[in-house]
Amino acid sequence: MSSVEFRKDLFADERDDNLKEIGKPTIRQDILGHVTGRTPFYDDHQFDGLLHMRAVRSPHHHAQIRGIDTSAAERMPGVRRVLTAKDVPNNLNTLLSLINFGRDDEPLCAHDKVRFMGETVAWVIADTERQARDAVAAVRVDYNVLPHVLDVEEALQPNAPVVNEVYPNNTFDYNGKYDHQKLRFGDVNKAFAEADHIVEAEYQMSPIEQAPIETCGAIAAPETNDRFVCYTNTQALFFSLGTTSKLLDIASSRLHFIGGTAGGGFGGKVDSIVEPTAVLGAMLTGRPVRFAWDREEEMQVGAPRGGERWRIKDGVMNDGRIIAREFTGFFDSGAYVRLSSYAIVKCTGHIPGPYTIPNVASNIYCVVTNRTPATAMRGFGITAADFAIECHMDRVAETVGMNPIELRILNAYRDGDMKAHRRPAKNTALIECCQVAAGKAAWPISADAAAQSSKVGGGVGERGVIPASVTDEDGKIGDRRAGRSEGTSPSRRGTGKVAAGTRVEAKTEAHMQDPDMALEADRIGHRMGSASTAPPAPAPAATPAPPAPAPVAATPSHPQPTAPVPPAPQVQPSAPVPTPPPAAPEPYQPEQPFQRGLNRPGTSRFTSGFRRR
Amino acid sequence: MQVETFSTLQEASGAVHDRAQFLAGGTILMRAVTYGDQSFDTIVRAQQVDRSIGSDAGGLRIGAGATMADVLASRDVDFLHPVARAIGGPQVRNMGTVGGNIFARNPYGDFAVALLALDAQAVMADGRTMPLGDLLATRERPGGLVQAVTIARPESGTFRFRKVSRVKPKGVSVMSIAAHLKRGDPRVVFGNMAPTPTRSVGAERALANGTDAGAIAAACSACLEGLAPADDPLATEWYRREVAPVHLKRLLEEGARY
Amino acid sequence: MAKTPVTFTLNDMETALFVDPGANLNDVLRRGAGDLTTKNGCGQGTCGACTVLIDGVPHLSCLTLAESTEGRRIDTTGGLAGGPELHPLQTAFMEGFAAQCGFCTAGMLMAAKALLDKTPNPTREDVVEAISGNLCRCTGYEPIIDAILTAAARMQGRAV
Ligand SMILES: Cc1cc2nc3c(=O)[nH]c(=O)nc-3n(C[C@H](O)[C@H](O)[C@H](O)COP(=O)(O)OP(=O)(O)OC[C@H]3O[C@@H](n4cnc5c(N)ncnc54)[C@H](O)[C@@H]3O)c2cc1C
Repeated sequence: MSSVEFRKDLFADERDDNLKEIGKPTIRQDILGHVTGRTPFYDDHQFDGLLHMRAVRSPHHHAQIRGIDTSAAERMPGVRRVLTAKDVPNNLNTLLSLINFGRDDEPLCAHDKVRFMGETVAWVIADTERQARDAVAAVRVDYNVLPHVLDVEEALQPNAPVVNEVYPNNTFDYNGKYDHQKLRFGDVNKAFAEADHIVEAEYQMSPIEQAPIETCGAIAAPETNDRFVCYTNTQALFFSLGTTSKLLDIASSRLHFIGGTAGGGFGGKVDSIVEPTAVLGAMLTGRPVRFAWDREEEMQVGAPRGGERWRIKDGVMNDGRIIAREFTGFFDSGAYVRLSSYAIVKCTGHIPGPYTIPNVASNIYCVVTNRTPATAMRGFGITAADFAIECHMDRVAETVGMNPIELRILNAYRDGDMKAHRRPAKNTALIECCQVAAGKAAWPISADAAAQSSKVGGGVGERGVIPASVTDEDGKIGDRRAGRSEGTSPSRRGTGKVAAGTRVEAKTEAHMQDPDMALEADRIGHRMGSASTAPPAPAPAATPAPPAPAPVAATPSHPQPTAPVPPAPQVQPSAPVPTPPPAAPEPYQPEQPFQRGLNRPGTSRFTSGFRRR
Repeated sequence: MQVETFSTLQEASGAVHDRAQFLAGGTILMRAVTYGDQSFDTIVRAQQVDRSIGSDAGGLRIGAGATMADVLASRDVDFLHPVARAIGGPQVRNMGTVGGNIFARNPYGDFAVALLALDAQAVMADGRTMPLGDLLATRERPGGLVQAVTIARPESGTFRFRKVSRVKPKGVSVMSIAAHLKRGDPRVVFGNMAPTPTRSVGAERALANGTDAGAIAAACSACLEGLAPADDPLATEWYRREVAPVHLKRLLEEGARY
Repeated sequence: MAKTPVTFTLNDMETALFVDPGANLNDVLRRGAGDLTTKNGCGQGTCGACTVLIDGVPHLSCLTLAESTEGRRIDTTGGLAGGPELHPLQTAFMEGFAAQCGFCTAGMLMAAKALLDKTPNPTREDVVEAISGNLCRCTGYEPIIDAILTAAARMQGRAV
C-alpha cells in the first residue's frame, strides 16, 4: 500500500491540527462520476448535427505563405466551410494581453508566414471527422520556405533569422529596456575574486509535453438569445472566454463557457486556442462545431513546457559556504511568447533557489525560436532552474569534498533571511526536508547538521539585509542584433550601484499597447488606492526609448497602471532611484460595486465582462 | 472510405490492390483510417481467418490471423512466448496478429524479427510458399495475402530474443534481436536496424563455428555488417550503432552455447 | 455516404446501429450508441482509455472496426455497476484515490475487470501486467494497483 506519512512533529506550533477538514482524508467529490464513467468531459455533450473542424497545418518550421488554394477542398463531400485567417475578426493576440503583459504577437491562423511546424494556416468544417481530414489534405498551400532557427543561443546571433517581427531581436523585451530579465544582488564579481573555488556548469532541459490523456478540445454551438455555448476542457475558463472575445471581436456576454472538467491538464490546457476556433466555426456555420486535437496534434502543436538552458557559476569557500552565484538562463519560448515572458519573471523571483547566498546575479532571456510555442507546466518557470541548481549543489559538494546534504543544510535559507528578490524568507523548511530525506535514505549526516533548524539563525546580521548591489546596462534592446553585446552572462563591469537596503519599486513590464488596456479602478469593482481619483504616478525613472522598432502602438501618452503585472516579484535594480515612501493605501471600499457597462468610451471591450455597444 | 467484406482470405486476397488494404487485427491499419491516411480508400476484410497454431509434418504452422494472445495460449510455440509477450499491452496482444506483424513498419515488427531468425516460410493465400526474407523484401508491394507461416521447431535453448525499449513494460523497441544459434547455420536478425527485419551478416559469419568468448566478441564487433539503422524519435542512428553490440553480447552470453 | 448496419449486445442490451464505413467502435459507441463512458485519448491504441471488453476480452475500441463487432458482446464501464450497486472495483477505486482527472478510469476499470474475471487472486505483477496497456498521467499508478488488489481481495472475501 502506498501511504503518505505526515510529519506532524515538525512546525507543530505553527499549525492547528484540530481542524474538521484540513488534514483529514476525504473522498474526492467527483470520484463517483469518474468510476461510473458519468463525469461529463467536454466531449460527452452531444449535439444533433455536430460538425467537425480540423486544421490545415504547416509542414515547415518557417515559411512565407504565398497563397492558399481551398477550392478543391470546398468541393469535397460533406464539407461545409473552409476558413482562413481572413475569417478571424481580430487575428492577433498574446495570451497575457488580458493582464496587459507583452505585445500581441500571435495570430489564431497564420496569414503572412508560418513560424513553427504545425502552425494553423486554414480550417475545414465538415459533417464527419474523416471528411474534414480528407478535405484538409486537399487544401493547397504555396510556401516559400525560409531559414529557421531552433536553438536559443543561435537565435541571439546578429545574423539569425527573425522569427516573429513583433519581437525583431528574437527576445522578449524586459522593462522596456533590456533583452533579458536582470537580477543583481550584492557584487558577484568581487565575491568570485575572493572565493576559494569557482564551480561552473551548463544544464539543459528539453521541452516536456504535459500529455494529458484527454487532448485539448472544445465544442461550440449557437444558443438561443444570440449567444454561443462552448464546452471546453480549458484549465482557465475565463481566460479562454476573454481570449475568445478578443480574437473574435464578440462581446464576452455573448459567450457562455462551460468547463471545469478536464481529463488532465498539467498546464497544457491554458492556451485558449481550441475555444476561439470552435466558436468561430459555430459562428460561421450556425451549427454545433467540435474542434479537438488528435494525439499527434497534442504532441506537435500543443504547447509544451519549453526547453531551457542554464549556466551556473558559483563562488565557494573551502568550508562549503557559497558566497556568490550567477545564472545565465535561456527560455525557449518557441515562435510566440505566450507565457514564457512571465515564467522568467517568476523564475527570477526564485533565484538562487532555497539558499541564502549574499551575492547573486542573473540574466534570463526569453528567446523566440521556430519551435512550438511553450506554455505552462507544473512548477512553471521553476523546474528547470531547480534541476540545474540541485545538480550544481552536488557538483559544489564534490568540489569541496562535502556531504551533499550537509552542504545544502549549511547554505539553506532560514526564516528572516533576505532573498535576492529583496523580500525576507518566511516559513522556510529546506533544512527539515533535508534532515527527513537523509533519515529516509539512511544517509548519514553530522550531529551538527541534524541539529539545525529553519527557525533559528535566519536574518541575523548580513543575512537579513539587502546588500549594496552593483548594476550594469549591458544587453539593451537591439544591441545584440547590432553586434554591440559581448556575452550573455551578467556583466563583469558594473557601472552603477544601488545603495544597501534599497528595495526598488516594481515596474510595469511592457508599455501599454493600447490605451484600452489601462487598468481602471471603476472597472474592477472596488476602489484601489487613490487610482480612482487621480491618475497613478508614472513608472519611476523614465527610460530612453528602446532602439528596437517600436512595438504596436507603444505610445506612452496614457497613464501607466499601478501594478497590472502578474504578482511575481519585480527586481530591477539597474535603475537606481530612491524609493518614494509608499502611499498609504486607502481601505478597501466594497460599497462601490462594479457597475455593468460602466466603461468609458474608448475603453477595452475585452477586459471587462461587457462590451461597449 | 469503403469496406469490402469477403468470406475467405483467398477472395479477399484477390480484392487487395494499391488503394485497398487488408484488415487483420487493425492495430496499425485502423489508426491510419482514423487519422485520415490518404494512401488508401478501401478496407478489405475476410470473415474466416486462420488463427490456428499447430504442428504438422513440415513442422510448426501458425495461421496469419493468430493474435499474440493466441501465440501465448499455445504450448506448441512456447519458445515464441517471450516474443509475443513483448509486444504492446494486453489489448494490443488480444488484437494484433502474426500476419500484421510481418507488414508492420518500424518501430514495430518484433514478431517478424523472430520469425526471420527461425527461417520461416510464408504460405500465401494462393498456396505458394516463399522464404519470409523474400516476402519482407517485397512487402511494400506484396503479391497477395499471407495465409500462414511455417517454421521448424528450434532445438531447446537455441532460440533467443531480446527487445530493447526505453519504457517498461510495453514501450516499442529501439531495436530487437532474435538469434537461432545453430552450428554451421546460425541466424541473427535485428529489428529496427534497417527498413525491415534484417540479418546481421557479420554476426552470423562470426558465430558459424562456435559461441565461445572469442566468437561472441567477433560477432559483436561485426554485427553492424548488413544493417542500416536510421534516426527516429526513439533513438538516433549513432545510438543504435553504439548499443547494438552491447545488446547482442548480452543475448549471446545468456543460456546454452555450442 | 452508404452506411452499414451492425448489431451487437452492449452491456446486456441489444443494440442496432448504422455506421459509417471505416468507423471505429469508439466513435460508434459514443456518438452512435450514446455510451459516453468509454473515452478516447489517442485514437491510436497507446493510451488504453477506450478499452472495452469484446466477448469478455479487453480490446481497444478506437482500433476496432465497428462493423467487425457484428453479433458480439461488448461491455463498457457503463454496465459495470449492477443496478444501484457499484462493482467492487468501483468502490475500491473511489476509496483508494485511484482516480484524479478520471479520464483513464473507465479503461482501467475494464482492463482490471478482465483480469479479475480470469484471475480472481492476482499477484501485484499480474495487476501491473494487466493495466500495462493503460496510461494514467495523474496518479503514478500505485493507488490504481492497490485498488485492484483490494477489490480482488474483497471479492474473494479475504481481508485486505
Ligand atoms: C500501443 C501499441 C503498441 C504496439 N507495440 C508493438 C510492439 O511492441 N511490437 C510490435 O511488433 N508491434 C507493436 N505494435 C504494432 C502492432 O500491434 C503489431 O505489429 C501487430 O502484430 C500488427 O498486426 P495487426 O493484425 O493489428 O495488423 P493490421 O493493422 O490489421 O495490419 C497491418 C498491415 O498488415 C497487413 N496485413 C495484415 N495481415 C496480413 C496478411 N495476412 N497478409 C498480408 N498483409 C496483411 C495489413 O494490410 C496492413 O497493411 C503496437 C501497436 C500499438 C497500437
